[in-house]
Amino acid sequence: MVIEKTHIDAHLIPILEKVTDPEIPVLSILDMGVVRSAIENDGKVLVKITPTYSGCPAMDVIGDDIITALEKEGYQATIELVLAPAWTTDWITDRGRNALEKYGIAPPLDPDADKEALLGNKKIVKCTLCGSKNTHLVSQFGSTACKALFKCDDCQEPFDYFKCLK
Amino acid sequence: MNTGLYKYILGIADNCLILGQRLGELCGHGPNLETDIACTNLSLDLLGQVRSYYQYAAKLKADDSTEDDIAFLRNEREYVNVLLVEQPNTDFAYVMGRQFLFDAFHLMFLKELQNSHDITLSAIAKKSIKEVSYHHRFSSDWVKRLGDGTEESHSKMQSAINDLWTYTDELFHLTEADEEMIKEGIGVDTPKFKDEYYNHLTDILEEATLTVPESKYFHKGGKLGIHSENMGFILSDLQYMQRTYPNMQW
Repeated sequence: MVIEKTHIDAHLIPILEKVTDPEIPVLSILDMGVVRSAIENDGKVLVKITPTYSGCPAMDVIGDDIITALEKEGYQATIELVLAPAWTTDWITDRGRNALEKYGIAPPLDPDADKEALLGNKKIVKCTLCGSKNTHLVSQFGSTACKALFKCDDCQEPFDYFKCLK
Repeated sequence: MNTGLYKYILGIADNCLILGQRLGELCGHGPNLETDIACTNLSLDLLGQVRSYYQYAAKLKADDSTEDDIAFLRNEREYVNVLLVEQPNTDFAYVMGRQFLFDAFHLMFLKELQNSHDITLSAIAKKSIKEVSYHHRFSSDWVKRLGDGTEESHSKMQSAINDLWTYTDELFHLTEADEEMIKEGIGVDTPKFKDEYYNHLTDILEEATLTVPESKYFHKGGKLGIHSENMGFILSDLQYMQRTYPNMQW
């Protein structure tokens, strides 16, 4: 059951790349790191996905979207949810981090910096609108389980911060 | 069916379900928007964890049972959560006090469960511990903030801790299923970290300028299915739809 590394058949990548997280529509599920493997066998594809947070309601939708996307290309897909190894924000690719920032969600810091930021000890989370680090934590929990809410003290814009999960 | 393992899983999962339900009651009723969202986020994490546990339990039963049957269709005596998690949302100090006393335990518990010989339980623990460390940070912050806050917040936090303290000992009681699973290297030997737990509570409470209760009287019964009067009310809310419209789906 443990999958250490991802294995995605190369010809499936362009199809899966188009499936996005319903709550962050700019982010491909591949850049998010939730697809652990996708293997085709005679037109049948087994896709293993892992949840970001246990209660993430987006997982059911992502599973359905993968099935639909693969069906369109003539594949019959089955989704399997795997828990181990547990998802970490390290699996978000650089392209994914950029997409997050552009969308208005500050990408996760490393664990130590994350802790300092969430305890309000240091001003290190960069505003996604003006780039200032003069920001403060409004709430440790934001619009979804994976995010915290920040506000920029320079441009006054509130924004989400993707919490580090490691 | 491995009855010991099935019962053991419920012993973990029912705590998350009932606490998740209690936190869910705050949806739209939190003291302010941020804490309202935080409490429902904690609830969502706990209910997510519950799904993993119940799905596994349903698989062990190997009949037609689903995770929903286990969550919604048992009678009160069949739920084996500790009494602590069913205590009411009296005020925000109680909500955070209950959360802190549970989170501190939950975190230490999951740390050990990661090493379980059962690969599914170990995987769920490795997943959940990341979420629960955020919960613990949130609740211990609030205990400190309210304890070391105004005179009023201090006295409310102190009375919440005094009341809820009497439910902490039960966290470390071992049922037959617990003992059986510990022997098999699957379950967590909770009494082993009991001292560490109380030392941690003392540290946080002192930082919060609160007095550590000296009560030696502790409530018990939840783990054996004997609940406080709160439980019936919780279940009537939780189970209403499934009891009224059996097999109803969203």
